Amino acid sequence: MSDRDLALYRKMQLIRRAEEKIQERYSENEMKTPVHLCIGQEAVVVGVLDALSPEDQVLGTYRSHGIYLARTNDPRSFFAEIYGRSSAHARGRAGSMHLASPAHGFLGTSAVVGTTIPLALGAAFANQRRKNGRTAAAIFGDGAIDEGVFWESLNYACLARLPVLFVCEDNGLAIHSPAEERHGYDSIEAIVERFRCHVARSDSTDPAVLSDLTREAISKQRETGQPAFLHFRCYRYVEHVGIAEDFDAGYRTRASFEEWKKRDPIQLVRRRLLEGGVERKTVDQIDQEIERELESAIALAKKAPFPPASDLEKDVFA
Amino acid sequence: MTRTLSFRDALNEAIVQEMDRDPNVFVFGLDVPDHKRIFGSTKGLVERFGKERCFGTPLSEEAMTGMALGAAISGLRPIHVHIRVDFLLLAMNQLLNMVSNFRYLSGGTLEVPLVIRAIIGRGWGQGAQHSKSLQSVFAHVPGLKVVMPTTPNDAKGLLISAIRDDNPVVFLEHRWLYDVSGEVTCGEDGIPLSKTNVLRRGKDATVVATSWMNVEALKAAEILSREGVEVEVVDPRTIAPLDDGPIIESCARTGHCVVADYDWSFCGFGAELAARIMEKCWGKLRSPVSRVGFAHVPCPTTRCLESEFYPNAVTIIRVIEKKLGLKEMDLSGESFYTWESRFRGPF
Ligand SMILES: Cc1ncc(C[n+]2csc(CCOP(=O)(O)OP(=O)(O)O)c2C)c(N)n1
Ligand SMILES: [Mg+2]
Repeated sequence: MSDRDLALYRKMQLIRRAEEKIQERYSENEMKTPVHLCIGQEAVVVGVLDALSPEDQVLGTYRSHGIYLARTNDPRSFFAEIYGRSSAHARGRAGSMHLASPAHGFLGTSAVVGTTIPLALGAAFANQRRKNGRTAAAIFGDGAIDEGVFWESLNYACLARLPVLFVCEDNGLAIHSPAEERHGYDSIEAIVERFRCHVARSDSTDPAVLSDLTREAISKQRETGQPAFLHFRCYRYVEHVGIAEDFDAGYRTRASFEEWKKRDPIQLVRRRLLEGGVERKTVDQIDQEIERELESAIALAKKAPFPPASDLEKDVFA
Repeated sequence: MTRTLSFRDALNEAIVQEMDRDPNVFVFGLDVPDHKRIFGSTKGLVERFGKERCFGTPLSEEAMTGMALGAAISGLRPIHVHIRVDFLLLAMNQLLNMVSNFRYLSGGTLEVPLVIRAIIGRGWGQGAQHSKSLQSVFAHVPGLKVVMPTTPNDAKGLLISAIRDDNPVVFLEHRWLYDVSGEVTCGEDGIPLSKTNVLRRGKDATVVATSWMNVEALKAAEILSREGVEVEVVDPRTIAPLDDGPIIESCARTGHCVVADYDWSFCGFGAELAARIMEKCWGKLRSPVSRVGFAHVPCPTTRCLESEFYPNAVTIIRVIEKKLGLKEMDLSGESFYTWESRFRGPF
């Protein structure tokens, strides 16, 4: 139990601290890319990815620092990309909003809401053809379920019985617009359940709980051939894009934040580790390692060269 | 081996050959396996390759295009078919936001071997929503290849190359060309993309034409040749990336150029051609580059206005006469639209 918690803690802390470093340094104006932070939401991505095997494919959105770090465990290439350096996987072309690492099964992201959902169908179709038993997961926000392409994709995945996991990471907001102002229905689960699809929902901020639900969904999917839809709620601690808090803006209250903060996913797992007998030293050591890794990743990224001008026209075509 | 094939059978042969050769190739799209088989171009596929590799879809153009992209980056080679290019517009989000830039944004690590076939152009009173071409819209976006075959030989050869290409290719097939037959000489390896082809040699004027406009240009050339005017007809075949070498060479040599693009002229591929020819043949041109294209209106249905909407061989002849300072020929004895008079509906 504590081994699993240690791993979950490490991943979440890596993501949290990486994004806090972005917050600390953003004003230096060297990371010239809009950032959509997932601070507060880490349990969803970490929980879901914990349940997937490394061969399963994942697709994300512009808010996917978490997927990148959880899948690659490589803050060096992460910061190189954020700083736009040629040492990064995409040599600076991707920035924060188009992160991917196909070598790690992280096939892609997109800054246009909903657009990566059908790609998971394509990956799942290939899996089905190859009978390789892999699952393809699309992780998207609650705004994406407003888009037609979500419903088109859900419909087809259910029809063709594709091994797809639809993961709605519901922070209750599309930019500043709450679900109540966007939905002509009350419960997304009630609707998706009418499709030939497994549905699970949770408000938990415990990645272990979300991982178990995901595992369960995958095994049901394997048994029945039907895709699964996971609706996981969470809370975004900072503004939609950028690094600051924005509780003064009027669209949400600090009180709602304080409520969720009591269940902060990282603190929750940390507490459980300590209560379960893991020494504080052990947990602190993880923190220190992450600290060192991130600082060295940032230092390296800042020293790395920018791509040469000759890179501009490369790779449009294979 | 040289054989005579229709354009539709040439397309079909290319698909069968590539599906035989590579199990990763599959064909899908609305109505692909129904009894009409996309005007016959997908006939025999489901029988030969099964439902796994040839199947229909719900009316979900965006999701199906995204699925094709997901399959392509996973190592499959989808051919996604649209019975009209107008329906592909519902997938423009995927095409322009995702498919076209996925490789570039991946730092060149991903390949997107995806063919999107779409039928374009005039049929039989198709009206404003079943007749577009849109090549310049697709070609405008970096990362998409755009192919427009005219002859059955090119239909087969270029489709083979499109399927083998590791990039997204939009393959635009004119409805009227489906019934045109011609010699097919291309071998198993197909015909390379981005190689402009000279369909007819001539020394007095150059017509650069796309898709069906090549048929009109050849007809114009045949008539003008009887008057002693030799027109060169140049078919780019691949709109993007464009091989402009032979176009520039021809225009510099003849000094007169008509660009006959099968589309609206305004902001179109014809404007791109005209600009390039002006830039690269400046000083050798003896008349300004002329453009021939659709009237800048939505396509009307009634035949009399539809015929005004589309340019044809007569339009090209008149433009060339003007450029060369010739007086207007009497065309009353000529038979035009021979193909059109054979085309019957309903689709
Ligand atoms: C198709 C589209 N419409 C609008 C936008 C502008 N936009 C960017 S993020 C966003 C909100 C999306 O909310 P959600 O899917 O819940 O994701 P979250 O940001 O909460 O993670 C919007 C509307 C966009 N990027 N794409
Ligand atoms: Mg949201």
